[in-house]
Amino acid sequence: MLAKRIIPCLDIRDGQTVKGIHFEGLQNVGDPVELGRRYADEGADELVYLDISATVEGRKTFSELVARIAREIDIPFTVGGGISTAEDAGALLLAGADKVTVNSAAVRDPGLIDEIAGRYGSQFIVVAVDARMDDAGRWVVTTHGGRTPTERELFSWAREAQERGAGEILFTSMNHDGTKSGYPCETFARLASELSIPIIASGGAGTVEHIAEVLTAGRADAALAASIFHYGEIPIPVLKRALHERGIAVRL
Amino acid sequence: MVTIIDYGTGNLRSVTNALARLGADYILTADPEAIRQAERVLLPGVGEAATAMRMLREKGLADTLRNLTCPVLGICLGMQLLCTHSEEGDTDCLGIFPNRVRRFFSGSAGGGLKVPHVGWNSIHSLKSPLYHHIAEGEYVYYVHSYAAEINACTAAATDYGGWFSGSLHQDNFYGCQFHPEKSGAAGGRILANFLSL
Repeated sequence: MLAKRIIPCLDIRDGQTVKGIHFEGLQNVGDPVELGRRYADEGADELVYLDISATVEGRKTFSELVARIAREIDIPFTVGGGISTAEDAGALLLAGADKVTVNSAAVRDPGLIDEIAGRYGSQFIVVAVDARMDDAGRWVVTTHGGRTPTERELFSWAREAQERGAGEILFTSMNHDGTKSGYPCETFARLASELSIPIIASGGAGTVEHIAEVLTAGRADAALAASIFHYGEIPIPVLKRALHERGIAVRL
Repeated sequence: MVTIIDYGTGNLRSVTNALARLGADYILTADPEAIRQAERVLLPGVGEAATAMRMLREKGLADTLRNLTCPVLGICLGMQLLCTHSEEGDTDCLGIFPNRVRRFFSGSAGGGLKVPHVGWNSIHSLKSPLYHHIAEGEYVYYVHSYAAEINACTAAATDYGGWFSGSLHQDNFYGCQFHPEKSGAAGGRILANFLSL
């Protein structure tokens, strides 16, 4: 039976992890490879590395980092942040990334999805969608970390992304992100009913119960989180054991 | 020494990284003579079946591969190419395993199966030296839209809207539909088992 996936997300600036707690036995919490390996050993099913470097120098460091991650980590990993052309994606593939995630650049230029999927396959491209529900109850797609609203609407954009070749959709509700109050499960369930590709839920998890809900009622295939793992609030082994006890298929 | 068939499809980095982690030496080649001399052959594959078969034929590798007597491991598309036929591009393959490769039926959105089959799924009814010290029900990482049917060569079975061959074995030929190089410690063990055949 296909397992639900648990995916820690690491933000990287200038080659170093941005958030991070003091894991016991970990020499350098700032080292993305060491932290990634720690998560992998704990049972993470995949890793996502997002480059938030603002400088050219920082981006160069990131692509070197991707090659090092590929050498040392033996589970799949996705990289994102600042990918705006198919060439950017191709360079990351060559460096050893299993998938790339595109967000704002795909909203700006939807053809980018076709181009990446056409060249490297749908399995290589995850389209990340950040959306905020407005007062009229409409999910408005946003870019630049939720700061910029667009003309697009969540469901139609997700369907378009799928039709253009996206292999997975990573959806973050900007109403819930950072609140630790749970996910909008009805919205996730509707996405699942409208799409035939896997959906990764992100943004809002504060408890094991939240994650269990989005993987069952929300019908998400995977849950991605950052701070609950980085700050040790819910260690991955504890989370997976708890999901297993609730009858959710996970890799233990 | 592992001879990795480099026939111009996809990225071989994850396979070479995994072999390096296991301390194995490898070469990348498409030279039929070098492949005939190989001690152990790995046929990777990411991409489309018909294109990959065309590349193998163009490089004169189809018969070379069929006639190998050393241990051969096909991974993902590489395993599918060792079967008789693939629906992907409606192509005849190498015909080592008597299996046909068919697309997963995705059905209508929502009710149907999500295709590609992406993620960790469990392997059952393990029977081949590749699975020495691997537990029944172990999870491995899959990314694929086409799958080989179950038959006497099935060395591991996985259920995704029905059972398919997660792994095949016949004589000196082995196949993994999943990616051992991305399957954590279990995958490392499976590759190490191949290296010690």
